Amino acid sequence: SSGINAEWPLRPGVKVRVRPDQLGVVTDGVKHSMNPFDENAVEEAVRMKQKKIVKEIIAVSCGPTQSQETIRTALAMGADRGIHVEVPKGTEADLQPLAVAKIFAKLIEKEQPDVVILGKQAIDDDANQTTQLLAGLVDWPQGTMASALEHSDGQLKITREIDGGLEDIKVKLPAIISADLRLNEPRYATLPNIMKAKKKKIEKLSPGDLGVDIAPRLTVKKVVDPPVRQAGDKVPDVATLLDKLKKKKVPTATLR
Amino acid sequence: SSGINAEWPLRPGVTAATKLGGSVHAIVAGDSCVEAGNNTAKIPGIEKVFVAESPALKGQIAESVVQVLLDIQSKNNYTHILANGTVFGKNILPRMGAKLDVAPISDIIGVESDSTFVRTIYAGNAIQTVESSDPVKLITVRGTAFEASPADGGSAATENVSSDINNDKSEYIEAKLSKSDRPELASANIVISGGRGLKNGENFEMLYELADKMGAAVGASRAAVDAGYVPSDLQVGQTGKMVAPDLYIAVGISGAIQHLAGMKDSKTIVAINKDAEAPIFQVSDIGLVDDLFKAVPEMIAGIEQQ
Repeated sequence: SSGINAEWPLRPGVKVRVRPDQLGVVTDGVKHSMNPFDENAVEEAVRMKQKKIVKEIIAVSCGPTQSQETIRTALAMGADRGIHVEVPKGTEADLQPLAVAKIFAKLIEKEQPDVVILGKQAIDDDANQTTQLLAGLVDWPQGTMASALEHSDGQLKITREIDGGLEDIKVKLPAIISADLRLNEPRYATLPNIMKAKKKKIEKLSPGDLGVDIAPRLTVKKVVDPPVRQAGDKVPDVATLLDKLKKKKVPTATLR
Repeated sequence: SSGINAEWPLRPGVTAATKLGGSVHAIVAGDSCVEAGNNTAKIPGIEKVFVAESPALKGQIAESVVQVLLDIQSKNNYTHILANGTVFGKNILPRMGAKLDVAPISDIIGVESDSTFVRTIYAGNAIQTVESSDPVKLITVRGTAFEASPADGGSAATENVSSDINNDKSEYIEAKLSKSDRPELASANIVISGGRGLKNGENFEMLYELADKMGAAVGASRAAVDAGYVPSDLQVGQTGKMVAPDLYIAVGISGAIQHLAGMKDSKTIVAINKDAEAPIFQVSDIGLVDDLFKAVPEMIAGIEQQ
């Protein structure tokens, strides 16, 4: 079976506003959606089931009550059942990657999956850590930034997007994978599947049920707006553009 | 206090490490890294370089590299371990965090104290200051946020390391790297990026031509990479590379927030787009509303004449 993590950050494109108390970002009343990379993770799990590489897909989300919507979306895309590890509303920003990884490690003990797929990074904290943390906790091999997966004989060949291009590695199952954008094109949940998903089971647990201490290790001291960049002038043609660049004395042809 | 940096080149990371006070050690790991070790030893600010060379470390495969790092950490008890905020650093360091039971801190852009760091969240739309109470701080460093230490002038001691590596769970196969004589995207002084407006991969040729005239690197928006115009290592943005060159020229790029996250720290931003309302014009210092298929050849000709 395979497990996927589905996160619930603010919808991409939503205007982010720093809270007046400067300790976070406003999330109340703002539209949330499944983290885009987690969509890739769910999609890949569904394809693995279609190819009969896995028999069952469990969709997992850690968060407040509304995280169930994300799980329902995963179920509508093709996951078989869900697990919602619930934290009290308002505390979700304190749920940091190490705590999430520990929750997942306990779920691995409970469910014994062969593959765990997560999105490469959450677009709210931009940390890109959970997959690697989880793999380290359970001492499984990791395949991060995966843009292609090929299964054979209890192994996965993984193509990863790396700094200079692409790289291929091979890992023995069980393994932890993080999905990158180009792993696949996530499907839209169709209306019939959304209806079917309402009947699929979501098990609800608390971090305490799993014996995990989720207290944050990093304390947020301050959250502020970034420096604002003012728009400059428009120029009428390329000649003026080149002239302006010459006047700015932009250096050419030197590496740092 | 002291720290390990894993990977070469790592000169911005060395700058970040030296801000922490105390001595700085470095480690290079791989199946053939003696030369990298010697080059690292020349970076001022580093006192010692561990050279971990072994066939088991081919491709710097995470499961093996972490075993070596744990070995070195157990003997040296560093208070801070840093790596570049590249795919390499991000792949390795959190796995190490799990083994040490500490919370890694990703992609810092500033050091306020030896336990307080600054980083961005929400694609750079907010800046967060965090304090860690963990006994070992694991940190990845955004290269564009710190002045790179010089490449020469130092004379660190090098020490060979041979750790016991037991990894039968993963294997490195091969890399398919983009080969280019152009400057590295992450460290170039000038970057010319193309977006979906280029319409296909062949049209990127004129950006390569302009880049060669200017000594620039070439980047791309996610849209251009998704559409297959260019390989993925050219992607600039929230989930690609962060760049902060002296000059960033965005050609046929609309300026989605996720792209801006990767380049809005550039000193001068030039935008060329036929849509006057494109969001990129809200951050550009010089904007040209024009058909790029006309403007870019004019730029190439114009620079030739200078």
